[in-house]
Amino acid sequence: MTTLLEVKDLFLEFKTSQGILKALNGITFDVNSGEVFGLVGETGCGKSVTGLSILRLLPRSASIRRGEVIFNGVDLLKISRDEIESVRGSKIAMIFQDPSSSLNPVFTIGSQIERVVRQHMSVTRKEAAEQTKEVLSAVGLPDVKRIMDSYPHELSGGMQQRVMIAMALSCKPLLLIADEPTTSLDVTIQAQILKLLRNLQKNFNVSVILITHNLGVIAQTCDHLAVLYGGRVAESGPTETIFDQAQHPYTNGLMNAIPRPGGRGRKMATIPGTVPSNPGALTGCAFAKRCKFAFDRCVVEPPPLYRVDENHHVACFLVENRSK
Amino acid sequence: MRTIPTLSVESELKSTRTFSHVMGVIIRDPLSLASTIVILLFILIAIFANQIAPYPAEGTGKTNVDNAMLAPSPGHILGADRLGRDMLSRVIMGARPALIVPFGVVLFAILIGAPLGAIAGYKGGWVDNVIMRTTDLFLAFPSLLLAMAIAFALGRGLQNAAIALIVSWWPWYTRLARGVTLSLKERYFVEAARSIGVRDSVIIIRHILPNIISPILVQATIDLGTVILSMGGLAFLGLGTQPPGADWGLMVSEGRSYILNQWWISSFAGLAIFIVVLAFNLLGDTLRDIFDPRQYK
Amino acid sequence: MTTQLVEIQSISKHFRLPGGWISGKPRFVSALEDVSMEIAVGEVFGLVGESGCGKTTLGRIILHLIEPTSGKVLFDGIDLTTQKGASLRSLRKQLQVVFQNPLSSLSPRLKVEQIVAEPLVTHHTLPRNQMQKRVIELLEQVGLGKQHLDRFPHEMSGGQCQRVAVARALALDPKLIILDEPTSSLDVSVQAQIINLLEDLKNLHGLTYLFISHDLNIVQHISDRIGVMYLGKLVELGTSENIFDKPLHPYTKALFGAIPLAVVDRRRELSILEGNVPSPVNPPSGCRFHTRCHLVQDICKNDPPEFRQLEPGRFVACHFVSKSDL
Repeated sequence: MTTLLEVKDLFLEFKTSQGILKALNGITFDVNSGEVFGLVGETGCGKSVTGLSILRLLPRSASIRRGEVIFNGVDLLKISRDEIESVRGSKIAMIFQDPSSSLNPVFTIGSQIERVVRQHMSVTRKEAAEQTKEVLSAVGLPDVKRIMDSYPHELSGGMQQRVMIAMALSCKPLLLIADEPTTSLDVTIQAQILKLLRNLQKNFNVSVILITHNLGVIAQTCDHLAVLYGGRVAESGPTETIFDQAQHPYTNGLMNAIPRPGGRGRKMATIPGTVPSNPGALTGCAFAKRCKFAFDRCVVEPPPLYRVDENHHVACFLVENRSK
Repeated sequence: MRTIPTLSVESELKSTRTFSHVMGVIIRDPLSLASTIVILLFILIAIFANQIAPYPAEGTGKTNVDNAMLAPSPGHILGADRLGRDMLSRVIMGARPALIVPFGVVLFAILIGAPLGAIAGYKGGWVDNVIMRTTDLFLAFPSLLLAMAIAFALGRGLQNAAIALIVSWWPWYTRLARGVTLSLKERYFVEAARSIGVRDSVIIIRHILPNIISPILVQATIDLGTVILSMGGLAFLGLGTQPPGADWGLMVSEGRSYILNQWWISSFAGLAIFIVVLAFNLLGDTLRDIFDPRQYK
Repeated sequence: MTTQLVEIQSISKHFRLPGGWISGKPRFVSALEDVSMEIAVGEVFGLVGESGCGKTTLGRIILHLIEPTSGKVLFDGIDLTTQKGASLRSLRKQLQVVFQNPLSSLSPRLKVEQIVAEPLVTHHTLPRNQMQKRVIELLEQVGLGKQHLDRFPHEMSGGQCQRVAVARALALDPKLIILDEPTSSLDVSVQAQIINLLEDLKNLHGLTYLFISHDLNIVQHISDRIGVMYLGKLVELGTSENIFDKPLHPYTKALFGAIPLAVVDRRRELSILEGNVPSPVNPPSGCRFHTRCHLVQDICKNDPPEFRQLEPGRFVACHFVSKSDL
């Protein structure tokens, strides 16, 4: 199990008309090769922005203040524009929530994928078409020839997302970043896509960073995960550990707030208050205002990511004594 | 009776479409700021024309034949026209019809066109058909012919030229309003109002019209420039302000035979038109950037 | 005076698609086909299904925002489909709705006070000077307060907007509130707050809810009875416990098996339902689910199965499910 990607202490700001928005305030996590890694959190926690930062797909109003994103030994934040462009698509690929807006409506599926292939690999048109066919059938699309001649609007949402995954895989990347890939899909279609993503590592040797707000999806699909809150990692570790013995009050709150079978008639556990919109502007722990265990120190200093176990990190003063 | 606990969370979201936000964006963009200042400046000139113009009487037509064709010189920094009237005063006095009348034209065009478009878009069916076909009819009419017809019927003059322009312009707002209404109609808040039992007419007034203001405002700002040009064109052709009145278009027309030698007679009026129209266009572009991307979430 | 607040009798809804003039054959979207069900006073009825199943259309038909192609909707014994004008408007007071996207269900240019007061203004239920007091009372019931009166929707969070929508729905003391995906666009922690609020309000005011959602976990939590829809038809109906403990229809089983649960169970594989939802323009013949069903036989392609009652309150529409499966 080698480390494929290391994100270290990433700080990111946006310049908005209402001032500086500190979106990421020290994101740290590792992704190993051959795994599905989950980034989970609610709106505004910074999970999508983190995904975009890895590939430096940020708008001009964003600036990375500090941190490193080390991929295969190279800090992606420090390389040149040309170098990062050659990484995009070929070494690290990304897919997004709404596949219909990621696909160009006026070109056929086949031509769009072929174009990507020819952009990153020097192959003939015939070879590109062959590779396109291969990758489309590898993602489980039936009747590949017909799909290649179809336009995006002729396909259903689930098929479009498969096409996106195929496009992402066409240049054989090492890492796939999937930002809420199934959020706009029906449950039964979501199940198909999640199975596909889970098998990607086996069949394609691609690692996946799965960004979502849905804890069920994470539990089902991911090997490791990081829970984000207020632009920071609240807790990270192997999926079983986090679901069975979460240590951070936010993680616990989130787990309790999910409706579960058998919970009928009982009140749902809630986390009072709402997510802060400019978490970086707060001193101390971003969750302190909503945390029922908060004490004085929590409002003053942000807790560091303590290591409580082999791979399990928690950013909370409550675990300070147990950390190694 | 069980009480439900109150939230004490303060929202930190701020508006992105309030007046202060818009002003903030404008102030920060040099071109928009310059345009706004220019427009305000000209508005002030129009309001205080009588006080600012060095020779107000000449500005409105009193001749001074001794100064005929006087080149720019001390005392008459923009020169004088063929009848000796001070150009600076003429340009200043001309700011009134140039700015106030187009505002009126656009305003009336919106007052007629926008509600019609909203009704057409919301009601659909035969109402939509009738309104839009009427709109098509008016759009097909060349505005120049219309202006000439009105001048023929009602006489030449600034007021009638304005009427002609209102009649040519309102259909554009109907189209615009209808398009925005069609997309608004599908939004949940309109369905919510219907489910409450709000009458159609009230829905249009309370829910639709306030939400179509933004795109109309953007269009109106840009249209102001075009209307100014059109009025200038009409005046140039003799269909607008009649001599001896001060009107930039008329002034350009009056000086056209002397363009080569006594260039100052046409040029300053022409320059004034150019600057004001450019300012409205630039401001309109900025407003569009502020409003459009967030319009149809 | 019946105990069934809402009775839906054989409702069908076909939308006509534009075009078809040249071939002479107009095309229709069969959004709902012969749907019948009842909602009892004081219950929470959950309606689930994926996109294209018609649950949202059914909600709109009950609200009389659109007209059914055939069939009747009885509200408190009165046939809604025949009501018009003033009597319809008066009936509307008892039927309110809360929509999915809270921000877009509130008029962007109106303040909270005007939004919540709109139902009161429309039906002239109170003199002007008492309206603000009532609005504040409603806001307090949903966990907001008078400091929110002057806010615009875009100045509030999703959860707060949804609370305003609920306050508005309560304004006229309705009997039935239709909740169309009320928590789908909210964060998990806010979702729980809103669900608790909805339950409290229901108990406080004796409300009846029709809860439409694609999120099975939430529906199961809040509903007393659940109806499962697929491609315009009701395929299964029963109490919340029954449906969850023992789903009978193959589609219901597939649906529940496909929900990712927030529990790590490596042995549980998501049940994969192959294929896509067929287009409602040309729905499959016979049983609409037959194209994706692993039990499919010839009879399924030819005969639409009857929505049969297996025991009181438990209905399934499948040729291969019988009383012995209970």
